[in-house]
Amino acid sequence: MLARDAWREMRGRVVFWLSAVVLAVAVAMAAVPGVFAAMGPNEGCDLRMSKKGPASGAVFGYDLQGCDYWSQIVHGTRASIMIGIAVTVAALAIAVVLGLLGGYYGGLLDALISRVTDVFFGIPFVLGATVVLVAFPDHGIWAMTSVLVLLGWTTMTRLMRGQVIAVRNMDFVEAARMLGASDRRIMFRHILPNAIAPVFVVAMLNVGNVIAGEATLDYLGVGLQYPDVSWGLQLNVAQTFFAEYPHLLVFPALFLTAAVLSFLTLGDVVRDALDPRLR
Amino acid sequence: MRYAAHRLAQAVPVFFATTFVIYAMVFVLPGDPILALAGDKPVPDQVLDVMRERYHLNDPLLVQYGRYMLGLLHGDLGETFTGQPVSELLQDRWGVTAQLAATAWIFELAVGIALGVVAGLRRGGVADTAVLAGTTFVIAAPVFVVGYTAQIVFGLNLGLFPTAGTDEGWPGSYLLPGMVLGSFGLAYVARLTRTALVENLRSDYVRTATAKGMRRRRVVGVHALRNSLIPVVTFLGVDFGNLMAGAVVTEGIFNLPGIGQQVFQSIQLQEGPVVVGVTTVLVMIFIAANLAVDLLYGLLDPRIRRARA
Repeated sequence: MLARDAWREMRGRVVFWLSAVVLAVAVAMAAVPGVFAAMGPNEGCDLRMSKKGPASGAVFGYDLQGCDYWSQIVHGTRASIMIGIAVTVAALAIAVVLGLLGGYYGGLLDALISRVTDVFFGIPFVLGATVVLVAFPDHGIWAMTSVLVLLGWTTMTRLMRGQVIAVRNMDFVEAARMLGASDRRIMFRHILPNAIAPVFVVAMLNVGNVIAGEATLDYLGVGLQYPDVSWGLQLNVAQTFFAEYPHLLVFPALFLTAAVLSFLTLGDVVRDALDPRLR
Repeated sequence: MRYAAHRLAQAVPVFFATTFVIYAMVFVLPGDPILALAGDKPVPDQVLDVMRERYHLNDPLLVQYGRYMLGLLHGDLGETFTGQPVSELLQDRWGVTAQLAATAWIFELAVGIALGVVAGLRRGGVADTAVLAGTTFVIAAPVFVVGYTAQIVFGLNLGLFPTAGTDEGWPGSYLLPGMVLGSFGLAYVARLTRTALVENLRSDYVRTATAKGMRRRRVVGVHALRNSLIPVVTFLGVDFGNLMAGAVVTEGIFNLPGIGQQVFQSIQLQEGPVVVGVTTVLVMIFIAANLAVDLLYGLLDPRIRRARA
């Protein structure tokens, strides 16, 4: 019922369709880059073309290695989208389990979970991630995902816990308990569906934030490494040459911003649809 | 008072656990820092043993951590593997980062609240739409993209600000980096202020105040805005810690010699003591800011004080 109302609300808004289209294109680029790109990753590069600007045959120009920049940027989509979604799904799972346990049982367990959350909440993101990533020599997609999950589950967990506490004493939960439902059934069948909506919205916003965070680590040189292809890495290379060759900076920045912007906007639209009070 | 004591009691174990996690993470950095110090030259085993003994590298992790915390009580942040005290190394750099963070913070606070009020008063108007669109864009664009764009446009092309370094001192050299660093928080502050103001303007007490014949300026300025600023204060408090820690990227772009740059170099050079020292102080600032906000929050809204104690 709520979902149907929300859908009716969303489909009338232009920004919803704009961000949905951008995300559909981004996901398609991540899934089947070959359809969009003429060249494979790091393929068909010609050093004589290094840093040349947009020209016929290469709409986005060439990168430092003389690769077709459009193809390289298309291939960079996969890292961002995959890490953004994988990190958020994992963090959401942690948040749901810990939030349900802490919020439902309360007491010592809740205090323990809350303090552990505080600890990880207090670690500064860039410094914490850099320390971990330098410690582990392998900076592949999985290492990046793990680090971002490790530092990124706290906000949703806190929110989930708060939601569970708000719901757990409601009449329908009492009724289920009277009828002899087990704790697990109460948590997952009764509390979870009534507590998840705001957490879900934050999760959608979180995808955008994770993508930006991943790009920042790549940019600083502690994230993904060549021969991986990602927008953050392209921006890392661009920082040395952007004054003379602005296209190196502009195009990946444009893609990155569009992707992050779409996830944030989509999250905003969903929140407005689920919470009509703010309209 | 009970509320304050309760919050303080919670913050202490969190401080120790957080610093321990950081200490442990730095401790597992691969490679031998003593060997790294010597470069390519072979190090005699005896020297290695003496150095390890001197920096207590053979003790268990927990003992090392305990010793470090004891030193911290006396304001001693340890020393680098070249024998220089960490606090001395950071002395000049703290100032740079603090000035940068303060500039960003003031920018967030002043411009952010102003934009939020302008947008919130005329909801759905041109200014509101512009603020909403602009802030969404700023939140979405990663800070280094904002930084380089600002550097090219305002620094290189328009020549309004110096592009790098701290030669002009405060505020000249810090304005542009401060605005870049604060842009993300500014967007949040503006949006929070707007949403809260919109909600409060529709509340009963505002209608009552208006009905009593109070001037609009006073209704908005004193009644609605004051209540609207509660979530904004929370954000601003927490964000000061974030600004200090998030300065790494901005300091890199504008070549400001702050702690962010230092700690980034130190991580890559495996200078564990510097990393732990800086991060510990940052965590302390972060927790203190959180605590201050929680207490302030209780003062602003008595309901919270009673509910949580």
